[in-house]
Amino acid sequence: MLEVRALSKRFGGLQAVRDVDLDVADGSITALIGPNGAGKTTTFAMIAGFIRPDAGTVRLAGADLTGLRPDVIAARGMVRTFQITQPFAGLTVAENIRVGAYLRTGDADAATAAAREVGTRLGLGRMLDRPAASLTVAGRKRLEVARALATNPRLLLLDEVMAGLNPTEIDEVVAMIRAIRDGGVTILLIEHIMQAVAALAEHVYVLAEGALIAQGSPRAIAHDPAVIEAYLGHGAAARLAHG
Amino acid sequence: MKPAHWFAVAVLALIPFALPSQSLVNIAMLTAFSAFLGQCWNISGGFGGLTSFGHSVFFGVGAYTVAILQTRWGINPWLGMPAAFLLGAAVGGAIGAASFRAGLRGSYFALVTLAFSEVFRVLANSLDFTRGGLGINIPLKLSPENFQFADRRATYAVVLVLLAVATLCAASFRRSRFGARLIAVRENEDAAQALGVDLVRTKTAALALSGGLTALGGVVYAQTYLYIDPTIAFGVERSVEMLLVAMIGGAGTVWGPILGGIGLHLIADVSRAWIQTPGFAPMLYGVLLLVIIGVLPQGIAGLMERWRRA
Repeated sequence: MLEVRALSKRFGGLQAVRDVDLDVADGSITALIGPNGAGKTTTFAMIAGFIRPDAGTVRLAGADLTGLRPDVIAARGMVRTFQITQPFAGLTVAENIRVGAYLRTGDADAATAAAREVGTRLGLGRMLDRPAASLTVAGRKRLEVARALATNPRLLLLDEVMAGLNPTEIDEVVAMIRAIRDGGVTILLIEHIMQAVAALAEHVYVLAEGALIAQGSPRAIAHDPAVIEAYLGHGAAARLAHG
Repeated sequence: MKPAHWFAVAVLALIPFALPSQSLVNIAMLTAFSAFLGQCWNISGGFGGLTSFGHSVFFGVGAYTVAILQTRWGINPWLGMPAAFLLGAAVGGAIGAASFRAGLRGSYFALVTLAFSEVFRVLANSLDFTRGGLGINIPLKLSPENFQFADRRATYAVVLVLLAVATLCAASFRRSRFGARLIAVRENEDAAQALGVDLVRTKTAALALSGGLTALGGVVYAQTYLYIDPTIAFGVERSVEMLLVAMIGGAGTVWGPILGGIGLHLIADVSRAWIQTPGFAPMLYGVLLLVIIGVLPQGIAGLMERWRRA
């Protein structure tokens, strides 16, 4: 579904992302993890068109999307959410979601119905007519996903939708993401919470200092010495092994 | 808004037709005219957050279009209406495309619009085509076919129709795709773009629509007063009044500019009766703008909303 090759980005003297290759299989849930500052969000921003890469290509279902604007990429079927939620604060929850629904229909009744259906499906049913500004953190995260889902994407890019949630809320969101995938939407997500990654992802890419250092199943990744070192510091894998 | 509210507004709007004196009708006409221009500004400035300080550029283009068409080529001023709308929309589209492609927002965009209106004023002042600083006199030929009315009630009727059209545009933004996208862009550009909204196209279209409608205001002005010059047409005071009407009433609300038009005329007319110092009105506008921004960012409409919820 998604094919990223040799993606690179430099900010001044900082090589934020270097030669990143990613493949996301049709119908899968794939995770991109890594310590803070590893370049995950920059990679996401390049895939979704918010930052122009210095080099590399992004292909969705075979079509080259490199360097296109975010709204064009959204129309082609790939939509991102934001780590720091960006609600349209002056609008109601349903009106927020409807902006996404309007990507696929110009008809007000159809867009409104689609928005309410998506909102209800993602557990925002009782909040639909409230102002988006009145939502809790968990509610705002759901709204981010609902708006993106209302554009009827083929691939959904989720940027830390579980950050700041409590364990119960995380379990709910894990179930929600699984349901979205089962509805036919492929998912690539950035996540810090390993419990969620292990529960959701079939394939995991690990980014550290702008480069991919490992990939594989969540179980394999958790035991990879390079990954342990990236998170815990140089020599950590050896120290852990010697107890 | 319930149907009963719409009905009440319609009845209020029709009262001036029954007024005994032309001067009272004139006050009603001027109030509706301010409300109309405020609503035009509101379409791009209120709903789209495109704070323009130079909307007089569109007003002036409309006024000069109808004046030049009939004095140079003898074209009927009613035909000047669609021509003015198209030219106003074209100027709005051009200013919008240039500014938004360059990524100008907020106060930078405000300054660019101000600069455009000044450029047009200077051009109108120096070109033979616009008769320079002399301005253009439209020959008096009172007749409805000639878009010149002896009775102010006819002018009021024309302004009322324009106000209704602009207000229906604003009201449609609540539900329509274009309106939803425009408001989304105002609230958060990144989020809107992520959801497939073309930022440049949406903002440019809003400014073109607003520009076209504002130009119609210029046509009505020219046909009512039969004289325009560069300062009347492109002066900054017109731009300030337009944004003030929208902001006093409530920028980004459907009824704000109508409340603002009534409010501003009450304030300006009453203060003029008491204080005759020249230059007092612009000073008052400045103070009003500060008060609105500081105390009532949502204007009168926001205040009414707060009372209704309390």
